[in-house]
Amino acid sequence: MRDSLIDLAYLVASVLFILCLRGLSSPEKGKRGIFLGELGMLVAVVATLFKTEVVRYDFIVAGLLIGATIGVAISARLPMTKMPERIAFSHAFGGLATALVGIAEHVRVHEEMAHGAEPSRLVTGALGFEVFLGSLTFTGSIMAFGKLQGIVPGAPVTYKGQNVMNIGAFFGALGLLAWQIALPHEAPEWAFYTMTATGLALGVLAVLPIGGADMPVVISLLNSYAGLAACATGFALGSNILIISGALDGSSGFLLSILMSKAMNRSFTNVLFGAFGTGDSAGASATGKAPIRSYNEATIEDASAVLAAAQSVIVVPGYGMAVSQAQHAVRDLATVLEKRGCEVKYAIHPVAGRMPGHMNVLLAEANVPYDALYDLDMINDDFAHTDAVLVVGANDVVNPAAKNDTSSPIYGMPVFDVEASRSVIVLKRSMNSGFSGVDNELFYRPNTMMVLGDAKKSLIGLCSAMKDAH
Amino acid sequence: MSSDLVFGLYVFALATFVGYQVISRVPALLHTPLMSGTNAISGISLVGSLVAAGSQHGLLANVLGCIAVAAATINVVGGFMITDRMLRMFNARRPAAAAAQAPAHGSGANGTNGARTKSANGVDGTPGERRA
Repeated sequence: MRDSLIDLAYLVASVLFILCLRGLSSPEKGKRGIFLGELGMLVAVVATLFKTEVVRYDFIVAGLLIGATIGVAISARLPMTKMPERIAFSHAFGGLATALVGIAEHVRVHEEMAHGAEPSRLVTGALGFEVFLGSLTFTGSIMAFGKLQGIVPGAPVTYKGQNVMNIGAFFGALGLLAWQIALPHEAPEWAFYTMTATGLALGVLAVLPIGGADMPVVISLLNSYAGLAACATGFALGSNILIISGALDGSSGFLLSILMSKAMNRSFTNVLFGAFGTGDSAGASATGKAPIRSYNEATIEDASAVLAAAQSVIVVPGYGMAVSQAQHAVRDLATVLEKRGCEVKYAIHPVAGRMPGHMNVLLAEANVPYDALYDLDMINDDFAHTDAVLVVGANDVVNPAAKNDTSSPIYGMPVFDVEASRSVIVLKRSMNSGFSGVDNELFYRPNTMMVLGDAKKSLIGLCSAMKDAH
Repeated sequence: MSSDLVFGLYVFALATFVGYQVISRVPALLHTPLMSGTNAISGISLVGSLVAAGSQHGLLANVLGCIAVAAATINVVGGFMITDRMLRMFNARRPAAAAAQAPAHGSGANGTNGARTKSANGVDGTPGERRA
C-alpha cells in the first residue's frame, strides 16, 4: 500500500515536470510552469522520505541543508553574464550526484554479493553506465566551467593521437563494463573503479580540444549526458520517475546540441573531434600571409552621426557584449534612438555567446522587450532595408565568408546579411581576429565603420554624443 | 532480457518522445531558462541520493549519499530559483503583458517612448499572471 502511494506520488511529479517544460513555450506561461516543476519536486522528495529503505534522517537533513544553502547563495545574486558558467557548474553537480549514488549502490550490491546474493545483470549494467556517464559529465563540466572562466585556456588544446586515445579510452571503459556484466563473479573490483577513473579522465580529455566558441554545443551535450546518467540511475534503482526525468533532460540537451550544431553548419563529430578555432594554426597563417588591409576606423562622433540619421537600426550582439557587460549600455542607446523615432530591433544568432539563448537572457536583464528580439530566419531579409547595423562584440555570426568563401572554416554557417544594410558600425576591442581565428571580410568593406575599444565604453560614448547632438 | 529492462525501456522511449515534442516547442528566446529548468528537474536524482543517505548499508553509502543529496539539492534549489529569476526578466513591449519590473538599469533609461514607459511602470491587474 505504502509503496503504491509513493509510486503514485512519483507519477504526479512526472506529470508536473512535463507540464513545467511545456510552460516554457512562452515567457508568460513560463513562471507558472516553474511553479509546477517546484511542486513536482516537493511531491517527489516528500514521497521518497516515506520509503521503507529510509531509516535514518541525519545525513539527509545535513545534505539538504548544505545543498539548499549553497544553491540559494549561488543563485540569488548571480549576474546574468555568468549564466554559462553557472550552467556548466550545475551539470558538474548533477554528474557528481549520479556518480556518487551509483558508487554507493555498487558498494551495496557488492556487499550483498559477498553474502551470496545473485547480482542482476541489468543493475550491474545500469550502474556502470550511470557511474561512467556521471563521472564523465562531472569532470567535463568542470573543464567547460574552467574554459568559460578563463582558468583553463579557452583555445583548443590538441596533441598527436588525441582522438585515437580518447576513443580508445571510451571503448576501454565499455569493455570493462561488459566484463562486469558478463562475468559478475569473476570480474574484479578494480574493473569498476578503473572504469570510473576512465570516465573522470575522459571528461577532461574530451573537452580539452574544444574551443570556446563551440561551448554552446558542449554545454548542451553535457546536459544530455547528465540526463542519460539520471536515466541509468532509474534503470539501476528501478525508478520510473528517474527514467522519465532523465529522458526529459537528455532529450532537451540532445535537441539543443542538434540546434546549435545546425546553427554552425557543423556535425557533432566535427565539433567533438574537429578542434576548430585554434586561433594559432589555421587562423594565424591566413592572417599572417595576408597583406595589411585598410579599414575605416571611425570615431564615436562619426558613428553617432550615422546613428542620428538612421530611421531603422538593427543591433547584432555577440559574446563581446557579454564580456564587456554592455547589455545595459545597449539598451540605453536604443532608448535614445527610439526617442528620436528610430526603430530598433535585435538580431540574435542561435550560437551567439557561450550557451543557447545567452544573448536573449542578457538583453532581457537589461529590460529589452522580448518582442524586439529576432531569430536569424525572422530578420535576415530586413537588413537590406535597414539604415544602420550596430555589431556589438559579434564576429563569426556576421562574417560574409560563411556565405562566399569555400575555404573558410566557417563556410556554410548561416550568418546575418549585415553587409546588405546601408552602413555597418562594428564595436570591437581590436582588429585581432576573433576567437575562431578567422579573418572577417566585413571589417574591410567600404560601408563598414570600425569603432575600436571596449564595447561598453563605446556605447556610453555614443549615447552621450547622441544626446549632445540634440 | 529481463522484463524489468523491457519495461524500463518502454518508459524511457515514451518519455524521450514526449520530451522531444514538448521541448521542440520552446522558442530560442527561452533556451537558457530551458537549460536551467531541465537542470533543476534532473536534480530528481535526489530521489536516489536520499535513499542512499538514509539507508542502513554502512557509513560509506551514507556519506556518499549525503554528498549526493547536497549536490542534487544545489541543482534543484538553484536551478528553479535562477530559472524563475530569468523568466521574470522577459517582458513584452505590449502593455497588456507588462510587469512591474524593477526600475530600468543604467543611467539613460529613465524616460522611454509611450509604450515602453507604460511597461516599465507596470500596469497592475493585467490579464497576464506576470505581476512581480
